[in-house]
Amino acid sequence: MANDNSTNRKAILVTPEACIGCRACQVACKSWNQLPSISTKNNGTYQNPPDLASAAFNIIQYNEVPSQENPVRWLFVSRRCMHCEEAGCMTICPSGALYRTAEGAVAYDRDKCIGCKLCVTACPFDVPRYDADNKVTKCHLCTDRIVAGMLPACVKTCPTSALKFGDRDELISNAKKEGYTTIYGEKDLSGLGSIYAFKEEPKLYGMKENPAIPSSVVFWHTYLKPLSLIGLGGVVAAAAIHYLAIGPHKEKEEV
Amino acid sequence: MTNHWIDLKNADVILVMGSNPASNHPISMKWIMRAREKGAKLVCVDPRFTQTAAKADLYAPLRSGTDIAFLGGMINYILEKDLYFKEYVVNYTNAAFLVNPDYKGPADLDGLFSGFNAEKKNYDKKSWSFQLEESGVAMKDPTLQDPNCVFQLLKKHYSRYTVEKVVDITGTPEDKLLAVYEIFGSTGKPDRVGTECYAMGWTQHTVGTQNIRAMTIIQVLLGNMGMAGGGINAMRGEANVQGSTDYGLLFHILPGYNPTPVASQPDLATYIDKNTPKTKEPRSVNWWSNRNKYITSYLKAIYGEAATKDNDFGYSWLPKIDVGQNASWLMIFDKMFKGDFEGFFAWGQNPACSGANSNKTRQAMTKLKWLVNVNLFDNETGSFWRGPGMNPKDIQTEVFMLPCCSSMEKQGSIANSGRMAQWRYKAVDPIGQSMPDAEIINELYFKVKELYKKEGGAYPDPIVNLSWEYGDCDAAGKVKHLDIPTVAKEINGTFLEDVYDKTATPPKLIGKKGDLVTSFPSLQADGSTSCGNWIYCNSYILKDGKEVNMMARRGKDDPTGLGLYPGWAWAWPVNRRIIYNRASVDPQGQPWDPKRPILKWDAEKKAWAGDVPDGPAPPMGTDGKFPFIMKPDGVASIFGPGLVEGPFPEHYEALECPVEVNAMSKQRINPTIKIFGDKMDAFFSCDARYPFVGTTYRVSEHWQTGCMTRHCSWLLEMQPQNFVELSFELAKDLKLSNGETVIVSSGRGEVKAVALVSERFKPFKISNTTVHQVGLPWHFGWQFPEDGSGYDSANLLTPNVGDANTMIPESKAFMVNVRKA
Repeated sequence: MANDNSTNRKAILVTPEACIGCRACQVACKSWNQLPSISTKNNGTYQNPPDLASAAFNIIQYNEVPSQENPVRWLFVSRRCMHCEEAGCMTICPSGALYRTAEGAVAYDRDKCIGCKLCVTACPFDVPRYDADNKVTKCHLCTDRIVAGMLPACVKTCPTSALKFGDRDELISNAKKEGYTTIYGEKDLSGLGSIYAFKEEPKLYGMKENPAIPSSVVFWHTYLKPLSLIGLGGVVAAAAIHYLAIGPHKEKEEV
Repeated sequence: MTNHWIDLKNADVILVMGSNPASNHPISMKWIMRAREKGAKLVCVDPRFTQTAAKADLYAPLRSGTDIAFLGGMINYILEKDLYFKEYVVNYTNAAFLVNPDYKGPADLDGLFSGFNAEKKNYDKKSWSFQLEESGVAMKDPTLQDPNCVFQLLKKHYSRYTVEKVVDITGTPEDKLLAVYEIFGSTGKPDRVGTECYAMGWTQHTVGTQNIRAMTIIQVLLGNMGMAGGGINAMRGEANVQGSTDYGLLFHILPGYNPTPVASQPDLATYIDKNTPKTKEPRSVNWWSNRNKYITSYLKAIYGEAATKDNDFGYSWLPKIDVGQNASWLMIFDKMFKGDFEGFFAWGQNPACSGANSNKTRQAMTKLKWLVNVNLFDNETGSFWRGPGMNPKDIQTEVFMLPCCSSMEKQGSIANSGRMAQWRYKAVDPIGQSMPDAEIINELYFKVKELYKKEGGAYPDPIVNLSWEYGDCDAAGKVKHLDIPTVAKEINGTFLEDVYDKTATPPKLIGKKGDLVTSFPSLQADGSTSCGNWIYCNSYILKDGKEVNMMARRGKDDPTGLGLYPGWAWAWPVNRRIIYNRASVDPQGQPWDPKRPILKWDAEKKAWAGDVPDGPAPPMGTDGKFPFIMKPDGVASIFGPGLVEGPFPEHYEALECPVEVNAMSKQRINPTIKIFGDKMDAFFSCDARYPFVGTTYRVSEHWQTGCMTRHCSWLLEMQPQNFVELSFELAKDLKLSNGETVIVSSGRGEVKAVALVSERFKPFKISNTTVHQVGLPWHFGWQFPEDGSGYDSANLLTPNVGDANTMIPESKAFMVNVRKA
């Protein structure tokens, strides 16, 4: 869906420079969404869970990069669904489970999810996960909170304003005024809903360069999905699309 | 904190040394980052590259346990480069005071001060005194030139802390060291302010108190004390730990920092005489001269009508410590280990994991007949008898678990690091059989009282005479439920009769019988007022005939724009947000820094505007009073004879250290520390078996021994296991890879940990040798998670040796080994 009311589009602005790595955002998310805990091990890093998971909609990534001045640079980057304007997951979702909210977030309807996992392969940021019931889960920009006039849980708890929520255009213009020269996601995929403010190259912080939806996803969406949905049941259609577009299913292991 | 959390935003330079606020005090970082947005510089000095270091404008590493060398070098730098704030130093400190010519320091005595008794390991402090005028006031040289003046002695003492020597001791790269000195030294100008944030990284050393003393000397040299954006700020490790010291939770103080009576003070008059500082300086407020009012009102609060003038207000019922007795944590567990105790209440604590040398603590508990564990959860303490290395059959200790409820399940006040007491309301009812601590105490009190009444006992008076009017009683006379606001009012204090100001003619009524006392200047020494804790007097007041809980206020106005928010909750004393604030103005009462005017004297109205001033007297330049009202001389003590190891901080190595000699002197360790002698008290310096410096710390995700947080699976998910951080260099030497499980050992125990190998730790160059340092959090314990996957407490490694003044254990610098599991 093209965003007709782009001026009302809401976003989360992540400013890694202001993030202190306290991870209150991770707990706040789990608390609000009542997500089960994940049994983890320490794998030689502070980062835990190691990756996004069905019960971890956001994580802080701890990246270490070389430094001239100091022993190392230790960078903290909050990662979650990017709420793309051109959302590969929504494009490919055969059941309409993934949808756009009025505020511009990419949310999901568990009841409609058929568990086909097409969204997983269509996401350039490796975000969607599936829970124990084989239903899609991910950050939904706390849609239930923002419609009630509240901040997303992670933003509400962030002590240093490394996470901000608000009108997308306003967040971008304020960040620029504060001297952040690069807004990651300002234009990518027609504009992300999770945008990042940097004074340096985003790739230093581990941001994906030139994110794009796999072309096969676009192709199959445009030509095959309408046909298949006419003739086949959703799951079968999805499986067909999956096979043709991406290849055989590979189970992603959860931590 | 001399200042408060929000005030961090007012600083130009924030020195974080001895703490890691980004991880352990995240909310403070909100204000530190605000300061940075306005151009302030964040400087982080730490053995490891912490989360705070990651946000800092300048990071300098130092070897654990060498802070005094680092800070001593800074004092030397400030003096050599003439960066100190002269007017402040001359007027507001004892820099000009002339010291007894018999005083000698480490420069003369190779690491010792005059008066050392090698046998007793203590000092005769006679020579650590000032030369007095006939009037009894200290002699002064305002030109600061006299060779015996504090300023010159300071110079002499710290001229030994050359950059070369400091680098040799601390391992800090010279350019980083100088950069820190330069940037912090820049705050000696009246319109530049620097603050310091410390926590256990400074206190948990055998020289912990002197670490902080060294910084206070820097802060008064630079004129940063009393200023908005300045001060020296202890970041408390728990939301209410400020409250716990305010209320005398430590052995040596009663509520309101009144000293615990000693056996040699048999009556109230002697107690007051011994504990009231005297001064001949007419312009010193010497606030502690009010001791008699505070202790008498305290006795009236706890013993009520039973406290009369005839019985010394019940003074004899107060417990006394023996002369010279230290009854702190390490001593208690040493005594317990020796079998001197029958029983132990472990109330809201987990000594089996929190105490240094936990193996000794755990063994000590096997000597008890009974142990009562009051906690939210069972823990390593309540279950010590089935812990690692224990044979339950051999242990006779009977353990009782009293489940208490969490802070969300009761109302009351907490006092945060900024001395702000905030009222909290009960959110939910307690679960199951758990009860608020106060209710448990209530039950205990009436049972014990009943037994005393029935059976007599050795000394029933202190218990049976307690005033306990906290709510409605049942038929047996027991208070059914404690009314917490009533307790708060008792703490604030009450007029027990009509009290008049007798200096006025005719005498003026100060307070009516039965009314709440408005503030502590109204407290009396004759038993006509009660007050449970004088510093909290004014926290529950009578306003327009109504009782107002000041701590429950939620006003959001900030009239000064400096973040004082005087209408939000209440801060002791009398809602003062920055203490020593009279030092923020010049002798005429005008702000040193007009951009940050915390106080301002209006000569016409003869009144102060801004924060609540440190006493209403006019500024010292207008025939008023000196600014440091709690000090007998009225000024800040650069020369401070109060501590046991010397009037100036001197660098000594940790008890366990990696160097054979102290590069400063031949005195390697603090000469006044207490060393325990059992084989369980082992320590090893420069021993090949324990070649690496170890330290402990906390992480955001857990709290203290983890008793509460390990039971929260969301937190455990982020930090599931004990870990040890080390450098790539050390990992290579030991052939360890990142993420592998290792064993960390010390002379006292060992613990498993996951190796975190990173650039955040780097080896130090100390006296041309390489010294490796490692660090572990102390949040884990064997009892939970139940599968033991979290491993055990890092305090199995730490030494039970304490700071010579406070006996806080040296958990931040000790020696360990690391090996493959």
